[in-house]
Amino acid sequence: MIPGKFEYHAPETLADAVALLGQYGEDGKVLAGGHSLLPMMKLRFAEPAHLIDLNRIKDLRGVRDGGNKVLIGAMTVENDLIAADLLWAKCPLVPEAAKQIADPQVRNRGTIGGDVCHGDPGNDHPAIMIAVDATFVVVGPEGERKLPANGFYLGTYWTQLEESEVLTEIQIPAFNDNTGWAYHKLKRKTGDWATAASAVVLELDGDVCSRVNIALTNVGPTALKAEEAEAVLAGQVVDENLIEQAAQKAMAICDPAEDLRGDVEYKTHMAGEMTRRAIRQAVQRARG
Amino acid sequence: MKKTHITFTLNGQPVEVLVEPRELLVHVLREQLGQTGSHIGCETSHCGACTVDLDGRSLKACTLLAVQADGSDLLTVEGLAPGGELHAVQEGFVQEHGLQCGYCTPGMLIRAYRLLQENPNPTEAEIREGMSGNLCRCTGYQNIIKAVQYAAKKLAEGEVEAA
Repeated sequence: MIPGKFEYHAPETLADAVALLGQYGEDGKVLAGGHSLLPMMKLRFAEPAHLIDLNRIKDLRGVRDGGNKVLIGAMTVENDLIAADLLWAKCPLVPEAAKQIADPQVRNRGTIGGDVCHGDPGNDHPAIMIAVDATFVVVGPEGERKLPANGFYLGTYWTQLEESEVLTEIQIPAFNDNTGWAYHKLKRKTGDWATAASAVVLELDGDVCSRVNIALTNVGPTALKAEEAEAVLAGQVVDENLIEQAAQKAMAICDPAEDLRGDVEYKTHMAGEMTRRAIRQAVQRARG
Repeated sequence: MKKTHITFTLNGQPVEVLVEPRELLVHVLREQLGQTGSHIGCETSHCGACTVDLDGRSLKACTLLAVQADGSDLLTVEGLAPGGELHAVQEGFVQEHGLQCGYCTPGMLIRAYRLLQENPNPTEAEIREGMSGNLCRCTGYQNIIKAVQYAAKKLAEGEVEAA
C-alpha cells in the first residue's frame, strides 16, 4: 500500500509552511509525524494534492520553561515528552499519558501536535489537554490565535483549527503542590487505542476539592469534558460515595461507537470505571 | 509526478536514489537498494517487521516517506554484521532460539540493537516494553526476551553462556 500522488514540500521555517498552506488552500495538508495521515493516505481516505511536511522546522520541537507554564512545541514527539524532565516536574500527567500511547517506534515519530489536531476521538492527548487546561497557539495567514483545549473539539476530525492554520505550541499551566492527576486507559494490547480512558486533574484545599477537570477518551465523537461529574466533586470532600456519583455522571455523557473493542454498554461502563480509578489516584496524589 | 534525488547514509555507505514523493522508505530500501532485510508485514505501523534505525531512533519504515529520510543516517539489519561476524543481538537470537518462521526477526534485531543502546542493562519488564512495537505471529516472545537478555550480557561482559 502506498499513498496516491501528491507534491511534497518540506519548508524549514514556520513562515514558509504558512505561506504554502495559504497558497494551496484546501489542496494542501500538513504532515506531522504521519502515523495517522500516511495510513489514511494509503487507504485513500485522504488524498491531498500538496503535502506540507513540518518535520524540518526545528523551532517547532522541544519543551521549554515558561515560568508558571510549560511550553511544548507542536512537533515534539511522544518519546521526547517522556524524556522531558521539565514535564515530569511541572506537568507529569503529559509524559505519564504519553507512555500509554502506541509503541516505542511510533512514539519516536508521532507528535503531540498531530495527536491534538487530528480530531480522532481515539487520540489520547485531547482529553489530557482538556484536563490540564492547555492553550493551543495556532498561526495562520491572519496571524496568531490562542485557543483553549476546552472547546477546541467540534466533532470527529473537526476542530477549531482552520485549514490555513498550523498549531505551533501548546501552553500548559504548571501543576501546584496540591495538584493530583491521573490518566487511566483501558486497552486490549500495547499500541491500541483506548476502549475507554479518563483523565483527571484536581486540586485539594485541605481535604476539599477546590478545582477539578475530568475528560474522557474514545467514548464520543470527540474527547468529552465531563462537567457534571466535575460538579459532583467541586467544593466537596471527595469520598467513595461522591466518586461513584461522579462516575455515573461521566457515564451519562458517553456516546461511544460500537466496534471490536466492545459494545456501547461495555465501553460506557469502562469509562465509568476508568473515571473512578483516575479520581481515586488523583486524590491520593494531591494529598502527597 | 516529479521525482526527487535524495541522499542518505545506509549502513555507513553514502547512497543516492531517485524517488517519487509517495514512495515509502521500506519500498525504496527493498526495491531500489536491494536491501530486503527490512520486511513488509502489516504496512500499517503495527507489526514492526520494517523497523529501521534512523538517526539513532527506531522507526517503522512503512510509515515514513523515502523523501523524509533525505540527509539521514540509516542503519538496517544488513548493517549489524558489517564484517560478517554476528552482532551480539544476532548471536542471542541464534543461541536462545529467538526465531521460528523468521519473518519478524530483522525488525526484532534492529529494534533490540537500539533498545540496548538506550538501556544497556534492561529488566525483563523493560525489554517487554521496549520490544512492544514488534509482533511475532509465531508468538515466540519468550525466547525473544531471552535473546535480548543474552545480547545485553554479551555486550556487557564479552562472553556469555546460553541459558
